[in-house]
Amino acid sequence: MRKYNIPHTFKLTTIIELYAQWIREGKLKVNSDWNKDLKVKFTIQDPCNIGRKSGSDKIVNDLRFVLKTAVGDENFIDTIPNRSNNFCCGGGGGALQAGFPDNRQAYGKVKFDQIMATGATYVIAPCHNCHAQIEDIGEHYGGNYHVVHLWTLLCLAMGILDESERTYLGPDLAEVGL
Amino acid sequence: MISGGIIVMPKTIQLDELECEFKDEILDRIPDANFDLCLTCGTCTGGCPASEQLDMDPRKFLRMLLLGMDDELKSNPWIWVCTMCGRCQSACPMDIAIPKFIYSLRGSGPRDKRPKGILGSCDQHIKSGSAMGVPKEDFIFTVEDVAEEIRENQPDFKDLDVSVDREGAYMVLNQNSREPVTEPDELGPLWKILHLVGADWTYPSVMWAGENYCMFLADDEGWKYIIEEFVYHIENNLKSKLVVNTE
Repeated sequence: MRKYNIPHTFKLTTIIELYAQWIREGKLKVNSDWNKDLKVKFTIQDPCNIGRKSGSDKIVNDLRFVLKTAVGDENFIDTIPNRSNNFCCGGGGGALQAGFPDNRQAYGKVKFDQIMATGATYVIAPCHNCHAQIEDIGEHYGGNYHVVHLWTLLCLAMGILDESERTYLGPDLAEVGL
Repeated sequence: MISGGIIVMPKTIQLDELECEFKDEILDRIPDANFDLCLTCGTCTGGCPASEQLDMDPRKFLRMLLLGMDDELKSNPWIWVCTMCGRCQSACPMDIAIPKFIYSLRGSGPRDKRPKGILGSCDQHIKSGSAMGVPKEDFIFTVEDVAEEIRENQPDFKDLDVSVDREGAYMVLNQNSREPVTEPDELGPLWKILHLVGADWTYPSVMWAGENYCMFLADDEGWKYIIEEFVYHIENNLKSKLVVNTE
């Protein structure tokens, strides 16, 4: 809208910032008790669009706040580098449909190695291009991690995740909170 | 250089005599692109995951621009391997606009010669409101169907309210079309969260999807059309105050 000077009166935000706001306001009652003994490890892929290209680390910091609230500080392992200095996963800019799958996967090796170095078994990638690319490079290079939506995890932590909503969870979380 | 047994001195490139039409063309549109400030330090390339793909990298690519190698640039498929992630520019000591340079190259050739996958998704979006080409009736049906299933099977959410085009809703959500199309059950948890916090929200039926492949295609006209249609619908029909990106 800025690029094309399209006037509008509404504001723009992301669901991540709203989750963080709702948790801070006490409207969304999330905690990490479910993971106290399980100690399942999580990491984040920072989408370029909400990190570096948004001009600040606000959204990706909110993302960390939300995730840590839901899984426990000690169960979140960041990639290096991260936030505004993250590496692109290789799925953006149309790459998933650009017709160069081998190059796209080679590009994604940087991200794959970063994720593997965290030792996390779950990756939160709040951008559908990142999500699909990270799943793909995980399969391609033999990663043993799962890519899940943040909303799935929040519902799991609140004990309201239905059996039908667990397709992408690993066996370790398939039964948690049912 | 040895040619026919005779040593020939390579010719010096006379920078003043170079014709860099494409560079001038981009600079007309992006005056602060800073191309001429490149120090060739290679910081861009050192931190670029697309470096070495197709034997190319951002520093080489910028050299080609500055040397006026316009034809070689425009036919180089590396522009579709680079994701325009912006890490090069953010690390660049001279703040050179490499992603915009790539975007300009993507848009420089005929539209129908750009990658079929991206082109197809852009066309679908213009036509149907989502890159997956889902008619809005199907989107509405899926949303209502999944919501009904939750209301029936999950007693805690028997009052779950999910709507499309509810006028006056405070928030409008966009959703990547891959979710309702390929994994509709993944929508439920998001709606349940919105329900718990008492959010006043709706989906738009016009340009409802969160993605935008016309942007990737560097199709300015298509990109602008999608945004204009979306903004018009929100401003004039739904009159919502907040647009929420779900990714």
